[in-house]
Amino acid sequence: MKFGIIVFPGSNCDIDCYYALKIELNQEVEYIWHDTENIDDFDCIILPGGFSYGDYLRCGAAAANTRIMESVKEHAQKGKLVIGICNGFQVLTEVGLLPGALIRNRNLKFICDTSVVKIENIDSPFTNQLKKGEIINLPIAHGEGNYVADEDTLKKLKENEQILFTYQGNPNGSILDIAGICNEKRNVLGMMPHPERACEALLGNIDGKAIFESIIVFLQGGESK
Amino acid sequence: MKAKVYVTLKKSIADPQGTAIKGMLNKIGFSRVEDVRIGKLIELDLGNVEKENAEAQLTEMCEKLLANTVIEEYRFELEK
Amino acid sequence: MSTRYEEVGLKQEEYDKILDYLGREPNELELNMYGVMWSEHCSYKHSKVLFKHFPTSGKNVLQGPGENAGIVDIGDNLAVAMKIESHNHPSAIEPYQGAATGVGGIIRDIFAMGARPIALLNSLRFGEIENSDRVKFLLDGVVEGIAGYGNCMGIPTVGGEVYFNSSYKGNPLVNAMCVGVIKHDKIHRANASGVGNSIMYIGAATGRDGMGGASFASVELTEQSEEKKSAVQVGDPFMEKLLLEACLELLDTDCIVGIQDLGAAGLTSACCETATKGEGGMEIDVLKVPRREKNMLPIEIMISESQERMLLIVKKGRENEVREIVEKWNLHAVIIGTVTDNDRLIVREGDAVVGDMPAQSLDSSGAPKYYKDYEIPKYIEEVRKFRSSDIDEPTDYNETLLKILTAPNIASKEWIYRQYDHRVRTNTVVAPGSDAAVIRIRGTNKGIALTTDCNSRFCYLDPREGSKIAVTEAARNIVCSGATPLAITDGLNFGSPEKPDRFWQFRECVIGIGEACRELDTPVISGNVSFYNETEDSAIYPTPIIGMVGVLDDVSKACTMEFKSAGEVIILLGKTKDEIGGSEYLSRIHNLESGHVPYLNFALEKKIQKLILSAIDKELLCSAHDLSEGGLAVALAECCIGNNLGAKIDIKTKLRTDIELFSETQSRFIVSLKQKDVYELVVELEDEKIPFTIIGEVAESDFRIDVNNKEVVSLKTELMAEKWRGALKCLME
Repeated sequence: MKFGIIVFPGSNCDIDCYYALKIELNQEVEYIWHDTENIDDFDCIILPGGFSYGDYLRCGAAAANTRIMESVKEHAQKGKLVIGICNGFQVLTEVGLLPGALIRNRNLKFICDTSVVKIENIDSPFTNQLKKGEIINLPIAHGEGNYVADEDTLKKLKENEQILFTYQGNPNGSILDIAGICNEKRNVLGMMPHPERACEALLGNIDGKAIFESIIVFLQGGESK
Repeated sequence: MKAKVYVTLKKSIADPQGTAIKGMLNKIGFSRVEDVRIGKLIELDLGNVEKENAEAQLTEMCEKLLANTVIEEYRFELEK
Repeated sequence: MSTRYEEVGLKQEEYDKILDYLGREPNELELNMYGVMWSEHCSYKHSKVLFKHFPTSGKNVLQGPGENAGIVDIGDNLAVAMKIESHNHPSAIEPYQGAATGVGGIIRDIFAMGARPIALLNSLRFGEIENSDRVKFLLDGVVEGIAGYGNCMGIPTVGGEVYFNSSYKGNPLVNAMCVGVIKHDKIHRANASGVGNSIMYIGAATGRDGMGGASFASVELTEQSEEKKSAVQVGDPFMEKLLLEACLELLDTDCIVGIQDLGAAGLTSACCETATKGEGGMEIDVLKVPRREKNMLPIEIMISESQERMLLIVKKGRENEVREIVEKWNLHAVIIGTVTDNDRLIVREGDAVVGDMPAQSLDSSGAPKYYKDYEIPKYIEEVRKFRSSDIDEPTDYNETLLKILTAPNIASKEWIYRQYDHRVRTNTVVAPGSDAAVIRIRGTNKGIALTTDCNSRFCYLDPREGSKIAVTEAARNIVCSGATPLAITDGLNFGSPEKPDRFWQFRECVIGIGEACRELDTPVISGNVSFYNETEDSAIYPTPIIGMVGVLDDVSKACTMEFKSAGEVIILLGKTKDEIGGSEYLSRIHNLESGHVPYLNFALEKKIQKLILSAIDKELLCSAHDLSEGGLAVALAECCIGNNLGAKIDIKTKLRTDIELFSETQSRFIVSLKQKDVYELVVELEDEKIPFTIIGEVAESDFRIDVNNKEVVSLKTELMAEKWRGALKCLME
């Protein structure tokens, strides 16, 4: 089982994901430089947080137009796992692997805080080690995390139970309090909160671990709780 | 050939920046302002191309990169 | 009509000195280069004579002042590079870009040493915020600028301070500090040695932005300053991120002899500083410099302060290796010149020599130096007439305490630091909001503690004592987190040195910092001087900002200020005295900024700091917090708010109640500990003859203070927290 973290120029949570998986979860993990073409070796691809290509024009827009994202799309089409965290979520919506878009926070400010997140659906590779309705604390750090989508899309998200995480006390104006969603096939996850920042007791929060543990259990072919 | 591309949020999408600026304008005395929408103006020099080709290129640029058609709409003007 | 030399900010005697150096009249390019290099900002011409008062060496100091940043050893072959720098005038004109490029500049100073930046801090001063849209506009822009740059770089902004005082009304202060880690054998310096080696330029192209920023920083702000907007640079943090990664990768090879960022005075400064630290000479061609605009003149290229540029001195024959690494990061490296040994800085435009000067004459060793006259300002005698008996005692202490807690200087700064990504890179053990931030050093058990401090009201009332207090309070913050103070960087912000009363303030502060740093064994390893912080009628309060670093050998023992659980015993270390002069209480409640500043006893201070460090190391303490602005009552409230706990406090005193609660007597701390550990601590306190009082215990949710068996404060912590947290937010939204 191998995790791959894609590094774009301007990515800056790549290291955080790496250490969380390598040290706190004891997994095999590698960085993937943005000009790499072949990512067949990896079971789960992570698009980390940061400001890819400076996030000029729109967050994630430049990264979405890179060669490696073609490979990520193929990877996803094969049913393999992809997670986009924060800027990675923005890239996934820009590239069309997830519906909707992320626009500026309602208060127009960057927000670095701890968000209170409710688990909406545990029937996914990303949440199987959590309980439905469980409340966890996850750090957020973004200026554009305000999720928007049209009525049809929202209807589909609800019907298919693609909304995995919602905020309690919406920090950024996201519609339906959405903090994280998956695609219809449930193999692509996008979320604004940073689980990788909540994996180590020294830093005061280990609530994020369960999300990575869910992925590990899924990849090992294990049962959900 | 030079071009100007205007990218704006779709009417259905909330524009927090525009709302904030409307509030400020109202506050400093422009009380009749009813709506403000913020967008982007992108100026391009396309080099030596024909008008039709330029339009095709611009459409492709907008669809692929300059605008996110999930939330934004675009239009452009060509200048000699 | 002004003369040629006045146009570039020089005086007659300085122009004569240039004639001496050159043996002829300088041409326009040369004159402009002297103008920017001999500005106060680059040459320290009015301040350098006083730096002898600073201790700058010590067993842990690997690099003292004079380089891009100072470096201090933290053990295990690791060291910390740090520096603070001001960007006051640019931020007054264009707060977002001024602050953003201030952050960008200080980050480059750190990675130019070969260190990876791991934390940012800042220290901000504005005019009174209540009822001032201008101050709100400035604060909003400055905070957004700092956030915009630091967040994009992926360097956590972990600490800082913000104060509001009318003396900063026309001249806000924006000081940014950056801290990096480096292995001992990877330290690089700004050094152009090896005749024939190539001078390479990497990063953003040079434009006309920031023309003469260094000289702009060296004059007073006037109405016309708004017109100087062209002197404000625009930052590109994405470019800087690429530059950072490329430079660190380059410095891991042995291709690089020297490295220097292009900051104030741009290419001019970078060339002559590296030249004089190396073989002495350099020749460059301005036509080789990547330019953003057409038809740029050699003057514009040489003094532009465009951001995100670096100069490298590369071993001859290794240029292609450099190019390859740089191109991997989507940047370009171009050769713009070579190192020579003829002591001259020669500027070419193609084949034509357009400037030819002795390199050393331009930099601070060749610049003029002044020791200006100084005299004690008239206000000093007047403000010291205050006696605490001059004021009436408040009748309602609940109301008084709440009013102080909601003072912009005391209230929570969460509205600000919530905009800074303070957790990126997952090393932040103690986030903003406690006394000092604590950052884990990955791959070790160590952590470093960081803080910035300066009570400028004290420095106004008594610059020498005030600056001693600034250093000592920084050390207290470091100690409360469990770290041993190591070294400081100082951001010295003052009025015009050419006015004797302002220069007196500066001189007193420098002497005070020197004395405190010797006492506390925290050498000055880097710093910055910003003069001319005045508007037409008045100067800012003297503001010597102290940035301090300390080290914890075991970061898991890091301590924070908030009480942890009900039932903990609360002990006050030190003894409260009638020292209300210059206090926040006096300012907020009685609208007075006067009096004698509190007395500082280094012998007692050092004893208490040592004891707290040992108690934290033995894990006896649940919390530790130093008493500063707002005194005992405010410190207790702050300890309660963090975990929404209460306190039941019982004080016996001969002092008047307001003095007991709000005096800012030095060398005091509040610690909380489990009942079972009290005896051990008390024995140690008695052994060391440290005055202390067991003043009460942590409660569930009620905050109550009794003085001499009479209830004087009784509030719900929740209410205090709400008011304290909401005050600044409410002003800003």
